[in-house]
Amino acid sequence: MIDWSGYIGLILQGALVTVELTVMGSALALVMAFTAGLGRMSRFAAVRALATVYIEFFRGTSIFVQLFWAYFVLPFAGITLTPMQAGVLALGLNVGAYGAEVVRGAVRAIGREQLEACVALNLGRYHRMRHVILPQALPLMLPTFGNNAIELLKGTAVVSLISLTDMTFQAQVVRAQTGSTLIPFATILVLYFAMAMAVSAGVRWLERRASRGLDGMRV
Amino acid sequence: MEWDWAFVWQIMPPLLEGLKITILATVLGAIVAAVVGLVLAIARRSPSPAIARPVGLLADFIRGTPLLVQLYFIFYVLPDIGIRLSPLVAGVIGLGTHYGTYAAEVYRAGIDNVPRGQWEAARATNLSIRQTWIHVVLPQAIPPMIPALANYFIAMFKETPLLSAITVLELMNQAKSVANSSYRYIEPITMVGVFFLVISLISVVALRFLEERYARVDER
Repeated sequence: MIDWSGYIGLILQGALVTVELTVMGSALALVMAFTAGLGRMSRFAAVRALATVYIEFFRGTSIFVQLFWAYFVLPFAGITLTPMQAGVLALGLNVGAYGAEVVRGAVRAIGREQLEACVALNLGRYHRMRHVILPQALPLMLPTFGNNAIELLKGTAVVSLISLTDMTFQAQVVRAQTGSTLIPFATILVLYFAMAMAVSAGVRWLERRASRGLDGMRV
Repeated sequence: MEWDWAFVWQIMPPLLEGLKITILATVLGAIVAAVVGLVLAIARRSPSPAIARPVGLLADFIRGTPLLVQLYFIFYVLPDIGIRLSPLVAGVIGLGTHYGTYAAEVYRAGIDNVPRGQWEAARATNLSIRQTWIHVVLPQAIPPMIPALANYFIAMFKETPLLSAITVLELMNQAKSVANSSYRYIEPITMVGVFFLVISLISVVALRFLEERYARVDER
């Protein structure tokens, strides 16, 4: 009989790494999404072009290739990353590119009259975004951001292939040591699903918060 | 370490060999996904909750867990119960079911967009349920959703490198084996990225065309 408690501990350690990756990756993705999304609507053609190249590049290749590139190719350019750094970087930049389109779409969806009202009130570019456009655009972005966060969570499994000891990696270790396949893989599938549910519950809560005070608006 | 064009040409044959497998896996996966998606979408609309509920839960579960783990599951766990699959078949099934759950949502939206009157007219003309689906609902529901489906198939194409984890010799795996035997990572991994980028950009253009061609629902 196999003593499972030790192996379950191993998988839970991996779960912690997965959560860590998801949180840090999401934070980077959020920053990139707003930077590139707003950059794509910039007045300056150079900024728009840069943002477009970033978005198309990261959406055009898969997370897997980007991760390998960050981990195996960047060291030759003198940048050596730990697996964790490479993972966060690749996941954040990849999902950020998808998020950028969400930001752009949501800001576009805010009616022209809002912008005109801002101009009439003599608000500057920054204040227009910060106090009028973004507070209305945010509730539109959140559901898709939630989906993106779940995609990111699923993407973290790939980092096990660059030897980061996340949940999937630990499940492989358990498989190698016990010879049992069903239990480790079924366990982590359930854990991943539970995490995905937690993310979507969290996003729903955020959605309710962000749309507070916007009752009666077209959101 | 410098970029070496001579080396790039030297590794081209195995990479193209891998690209063939990648494309094969994508096409087969797309076919499986299209069928699985349709079955899931129809089962989820079933009037009996005993069918609709579990199918919905299963689809959510598959969509909420990583493809890589599902591939491991298919490749390592199924042999224990006597189902031994070749890596490529396991990969196609994994890709197909994973993206089938996404396709199911597209089908669902497409089917919901068929006006109620069509269902009622089908019933009024005494068509059976099977005839209603095949001759009335699906022919109207499918064309508008082609662009959305194509979008997921492009996404699936980009996920095929995961198959290298279950030893399918596709593009990424060929690149890795070249890299491991020559200790040069820059060219193989970068070329994989270039291949994917080029094919994705071409498919985005094709997607625009499909949108032009099929997405006009209102004119009908």
